[in-house]
Amino acid sequence: MNPMDILLQYWPRLLDGTLMTIKLTLMGALIAGLISPFLALIRVQASPIAQAPLRLYVSFMRGTPIMAQLFLIFYGSGQFRPFLQEWGLWSFFRDPFNCALLTFALNSTAYQTEILRGGILGVPRGEVEAAMAIGMSRAHTLRRVVFPHAYRIAWPALGNEVILLMKASALASIVTVFDLMGRTRQVFSRSFDFSVYLWAALIYLGITAIFVLLWWQVEKRLSRHIAPHQTSRKPVKETQA
Amino acid sequence: MFELFAYGDTGWGDEILRGLAITIQLAIVTLPVGLFLGFLVAFASMSKLRALRMVGFGYTTIMRGLPEILTLFVVYNGVGLLLNMAVRWWNPEADAIDFSPFAAGVVALGMVFGAFAAEVLRGAFNSLDTGQSEAGRAIGMTPTQVFRRIQLPQMWRFALPGLGNLWINMLKDTALVSIIALNDLMRMTKVAVGVTKQPFTFYLVACLIYWAMCVLSELVLARMERRANRGIRRV
Repeated sequence: MNPMDILLQYWPRLLDGTLMTIKLTLMGALIAGLISPFLALIRVQASPIAQAPLRLYVSFMRGTPIMAQLFLIFYGSGQFRPFLQEWGLWSFFRDPFNCALLTFALNSTAYQTEILRGGILGVPRGEVEAAMAIGMSRAHTLRRVVFPHAYRIAWPALGNEVILLMKASALASIVTVFDLMGRTRQVFSRSFDFSVYLWAALIYLGITAIFVLLWWQVEKRLSRHIAPHQTSRKPVKETQA
Repeated sequence: MFELFAYGDTGWGDEILRGLAITIQLAIVTLPVGLFLGFLVAFASMSKLRALRMVGFGYTTIMRGLPEILTLFVVYNGVGLLLNMAVRWWNPEADAIDFSPFAAGVVALGMVFGAFAAEVLRGAFNSLDTGQSEAGRAIGMTPTQVFRRIQLPQMWRFALPGLGNLWINMLKDTALVSIIALNDLMRMTKVAVGVTKQPFTFYLVACLIYWAMCVLSELVLARMERRANRGIRRV
């Protein structure tokens, strides 16, 4: 079949899958974004012993395939079914969407924590001292001085992390979530037309491109107090373990 | 609980170890393929020819933007299709050839690795001191000699941290090949889960094995980095 016909015939499915991919990615990134600032603070300020469990968590999340993490949560929860049923949590773990979202949120929290930690460490000590000198409280200093600057430093790397999460969200299709990848596989198994994979690739690239543009706009806004030639338009490459 | 992982007919220890062997083989075979591709693409994106630069840029942008699992499916289904079309066109009587999952895994993971490696290598190349290459040219070295004797040995130092991260990512991405039915660590775990009905135990063990491999890789890479930087004065 002509690639165009495939698109005309199956576009509602692909659109549905695209929306699911965006939903999974944004929700996962958002949940992680809400938790990571607190964890990053612990990573910066707490005593080494208090940090140990957190470091173990981050190392585990970065050292194991996200697919294995997904299976551990989705299939692994079955082993504790009686227990989960007793606590009324079974209906949560039975749904592949919830398990995928939980996995992605947990995974992204680890990465975002490390990125934000780098951002907080990048805030010049003098800014914090100045804030204390004019009598700001600790919480006030964090909210008004440390975090705004830390987020500006971490912004490009956070954007890379969201893109990585978007790519990883394709794994949800393995546990039968109908995201873009899942819909694509479904269409392929019906039509045996290879071009649907190429359409999926185009859509993924399109999502990435739009996201990168939006992220730049925010970065520009976050950096509007800095002379334009100092802002790097290119996202800083994230080092990932 | 440990009898589940006994070595031999009674436990799953040997099956899981065999899966682990496939995973390691896949990663080790993919590494040179990906590095070679990375060098090719890096050279293309630094070429004097505009068209080649566009090809390099296009390749890295597209491959880095696609989910690895999509690349794997495209390679597994698509290259198999193309290969058979080519064989039929050449010899219509030929039997359909099977594109093995292992080969598909090597090609797909190598393509992804190559795209990321190209960016790392290009960055390393650009961090080199140009004065040394100019000095090499001035004493009459050919560009090939300059590359081999001056640039390549020093690129390594700048490229190693980035390539190390890529190796660890690739090691984790090998888990994806279990979907196209290669008997790697992940798939053998799945088989064990199917029989024993203990998914959490077995997937946790698989996670711990991957984790151990990543931590071990990090230790080795740290040593390699120390060695690569042994001649550099620290400020």
